[in-house]
Amino acid sequence: MAECHPVAFQWVVEAKRRGATIVHVDPRFTRTSALANIHVPSRVGGDIVLLGALVNYVLSGGHEFREYVTAYTNAADILPADYQDAEDSDGLFSGYDPVTRTYDNSSWKPTGERDLTLTHPRCVFQVLKRHFARYDAELVQRVCGISEADFTRLAGILVRASGREHTTAWVYAVGWTQHTTGVQHIRTAAILQLLLGNMGRPGGGIMALRGHASIQGCTDIPTLFDLLPGYLPMPRAEDETLDGYLTRLPDTGFWGNKRAYLVSLLKAWFGAAATAENEYLFPLLPRLTGDHGTYRTVLNMIEGGVKGYFLWGQNPAVGSAGSRLQRLALAKLDWLVVRDLAVIESATFWQDSPEIATGELATEQIGTEVFFLPAASHVEKGGTFTNTQRMLQWHHKALDPPGDARSDLWFAYHLGKRIRARVAESDAERDRLLRSLTWDYPESGDEAEPDAEAVLQEINGSGPDGKLLNGFGELKPDGSTRCGCWIYSGCYAGGVNQTARRKPQSEQSWVAPEWGWAWPANRRMLYNRASADPQGKPWSERKRYVWWNEQNGEWTGHDVPDFEKTKSPDYIPPDGAVGPAALAGTDPFIMQRDGRGALFVWTGLKDGPLPTHYESAESPVVNDVYKQDTSPASVLYPRDAATSEQLAGHAATYPYIFTTYRLTEHHTAGGMSRTLSRLSELQPELFCEVSPQLAAERGLENGGWATIISARAAIEARVLVTRRLRPLRLADGAVVHQVGLPYHWGSEGLVTGDVVNDLLPFALDPNVLIQESKVATCDVRAGRRPRGPALIELVDSYRHQAGLEPLDSWTASTQEGS
Amino acid sequence: MAALLARAACCLDEDVEPTRIAKWPALRQLTGRDRLGRGAAVRSPHTEAASPRTASAERVVASICPYCAVGCGQKVYVSAVNGKDTVTQIEGDPDSPVSRGRLCPKGAASKQLVTTPARQAKVLYRRPFGRAWEPLSLDAAMDMIADRVVAARAQTWQDERDGTAVRRTTGIASLGGATLDNEENYLMKKLWTALGAIQIENQARI
Repeated sequence: MAECHPVAFQWVVEAKRRGATIVHVDPRFTRTSALANIHVPSRVGGDIVLLGALVNYVLSGGHEFREYVTAYTNAADILPADYQDAEDSDGLFSGYDPVTRTYDNSSWKPTGERDLTLTHPRCVFQVLKRHFARYDAELVQRVCGISEADFTRLAGILVRASGREHTTAWVYAVGWTQHTTGVQHIRTAAILQLLLGNMGRPGGGIMALRGHASIQGCTDIPTLFDLLPGYLPMPRAEDETLDGYLTRLPDTGFWGNKRAYLVSLLKAWFGAAATAENEYLFPLLPRLTGDHGTYRTVLNMIEGGVKGYFLWGQNPAVGSAGSRLQRLALAKLDWLVVRDLAVIESATFWQDSPEIATGELATEQIGTEVFFLPAASHVEKGGTFTNTQRMLQWHHKALDPPGDARSDLWFAYHLGKRIRARVAESDAERDRLLRSLTWDYPESGDEAEPDAEAVLQEINGSGPDGKLLNGFGELKPDGSTRCGCWIYSGCYAGGVNQTARRKPQSEQSWVAPEWGWAWPANRRMLYNRASADPQGKPWSERKRYVWWNEQNGEWTGHDVPDFEKTKSPDYIPPDGAVGPAALAGTDPFIMQRDGRGALFVWTGLKDGPLPTHYESAESPVVNDVYKQDTSPASVLYPRDAATSEQLAGHAATYPYIFTTYRLTEHHTAGGMSRTLSRLSELQPELFCEVSPQLAAERGLENGGWATIISARAAIEARVLVTRRLRPLRLADGAVVHQVGLPYHWGSEGLVTGDVVNDLLPFALDPNVLIQESKVATCDVRAGRRPRGPALIELVDSYRHQAGLEPLDSWTASTQEGS
Repeated sequence: MAALLARAACCLDEDVEPTRIAKWPALRQLTGRDRLGRGAAVRSPHTEAASPRTASAERVVASICPYCAVGCGQKVYVSAVNGKDTVTQIEGDPDSPVSRGRLCPKGAASKQLVTTPARQAKVLYRRPFGRAWEPLSLDAAMDMIADRVVAARAQTWQDERDGTAVRRTTGIASLGGATLDNEENYLMKKLWTALGAIQIENQARI
């Protein structure tokens, strides 16, 4: 956090000054560790064991916040008799099909009965206890290399800093998600936080430290294949009708208003053309038939199935896993459009990609037509970023962009206009949505820049009279309201751009509700009803945040209550109630169908209802907990021994773990930092961090060169020998070395270097299809890598030793990966 | 040491104006109160006359740092340089409850992100099998891209798959960075969905 989010880290330092204990778990000792009370080095890929052991510590010691757990979580739910836990079948839950690598979750669905004493053997609380019973300090030492003393100290701090009077926050960098078990990492933290009563309360929560200015916004208003704005799912082929589609979302809780959210979106997009009679044009939306994620799409490009590709401020030739495959994919396109501030590697792959040097590609044989279109910077356009706290902040335009540079808003809008002009006379059914699109924003200036505020107003939504809405509570399911993203409704409440508010922090409360605007409804903390007890009184005076005011009959507090304002704590829903009315006055988790925090998740997860330790797709050790070695549901391309089975059997070939990370002075693939002289001067060169022990083992010299070889590539880096990385002692005395690699370099910019992401496989979490980029295996040897075709020979010599096919046949086999 | 230097100063050539010697920064640092050379001792007529770039800016525009997702407040200082609007400085915004005026090395360098000569201001075109970039007008590029989208869509359109309506194209893909504004993502998603393009992705999955 101190390295990559230094300005946010000021709040951690301030908390420490006020008495908070700071624990830093990281394979590397960093500047965060330097300011923490304790640094706990651990093996990457072992986090579920560490967190699971903390869950076990809480449960076996009776440290859970019992009142909170009983009232606010699904701990009392009773599971069906045919539910089988991973503990019962060596790492697999009931319902697993090894051929499709998928689960049928019918045996996970709670029966509907509850046991508030939490003693029923099949209640979630007891199942959870048994599931994690073997996750203890000894296992943590065996799997993660954390000493029993360090673990016990950490667990003690955690339980002392949780309860009525205290709260603990977990803060993670999104590397936690970049594992084949990424979603389950966050799940384990969520279980722990629910057991300790740390959700919805000040000083609690699970905070993601996102690494891009509006990465939160990019999921809220998604340019993601499986989502529509506001987390509505993209329709699938089986969703033939609007009514059928809506059955996929819960009827109870705030998702119960799903029809209003979807119909208002379709009205915002298609205006008068969307009517009740034509199901608001829902039947014409494109349908999904499985995985259309970025990694699958890149393989489709290699197969020749994709003609054109747009990159908007994104550099997959450096920044995506398996970058070599990314570049080979670019070379198979008919045409490519790259929009960026400077010319990046993804635009110049045909000139200077590493594959040209190895002879795998030749410039004159690459048929890809490339358009590079310069983009406007953040000060050359108006618009909102959504920061990692869900807060939208408007950035104003300060000046015009130079030359041909334009905003992406301009590009999308004018491209849309030109495409629409080409189909204006078409009567083809496939052009009906295009022709129906509401696509007329005010333009200004010589460049005809579309008005970003008009777009934000469409996102906010409007009523039948065209008046801007004040929030999603005003949305109607009958087509009378329009709203481009229901969770953002209210960002223009009162006809005012709320996201542009900048009341100085010194002139408002510590919650700072008048700076920017946070979704939903300007709430700064989600699920804050849980900051009060079931009766609506704060759990403690110290941790007072939102509470029930009996006199006025409403919820009040420091923040906007995340609850229906006048729903009394003693409200009990009538039978058959739907929507928010189906939740009781004591159900704080209002987006859940039962209003309760999910210790056990029976639906929506593809790799099991409870987090379970599996080894990473590549790991030098085998699973110490279960016979099931790696995630039984992870998505792997291609189905090749290099990626579909971990390399434990080949430990002698690729004996070390490597993990990738960022530096303070650079940003992701370097397109926004390697072009700046100041940042380039501060961090000029790629390096690998190794411990003195590993340096001795491999004859590496500080400041010298090393070659890092994985099953997919070999790269070179300067050597940094440092005690910040230390070997870890695991089960039975085995020692594991970890190599640290910042991944910012490529062939363009002021400072250049090899592409670290070339080393990584395509191994994905099955729930969100995010790649495992925080852990894989390699060898390290002293000296620079070979040049030309000899580089491929080196990679192939390792593959041969590991019993793998040569690299070119591996690339070819990606075509079988679907 | 200070006494020695003071005596040395007295012994210097009489032609040298005594006040000028007294203004010698090292002497002032060693003989004055500012022994660390962080204040008065290192001031010169040049520093006295200097003023911060921010003081003379023609306008100050509120912005947000474009790097990570912390969302630090920025103040963008703009002045006309050679008759052209130019960003002369970007500083942290002390009013922000997120950042309280602070910026990290990247945020503090973000003026260079805007002004760096590495920025490409003109459209570049590489024809199939070409060996070099060629110039192209923005207008021509926009028309060529629109033509290619329409053609690729027509060639790869799927009305059905396995007997079920899908109404889509898998011939076009898009991958966006996460420094895109919400408004930009919104127009992109709206346009792509109307086009039937589904392979629409973002750094948020990476």
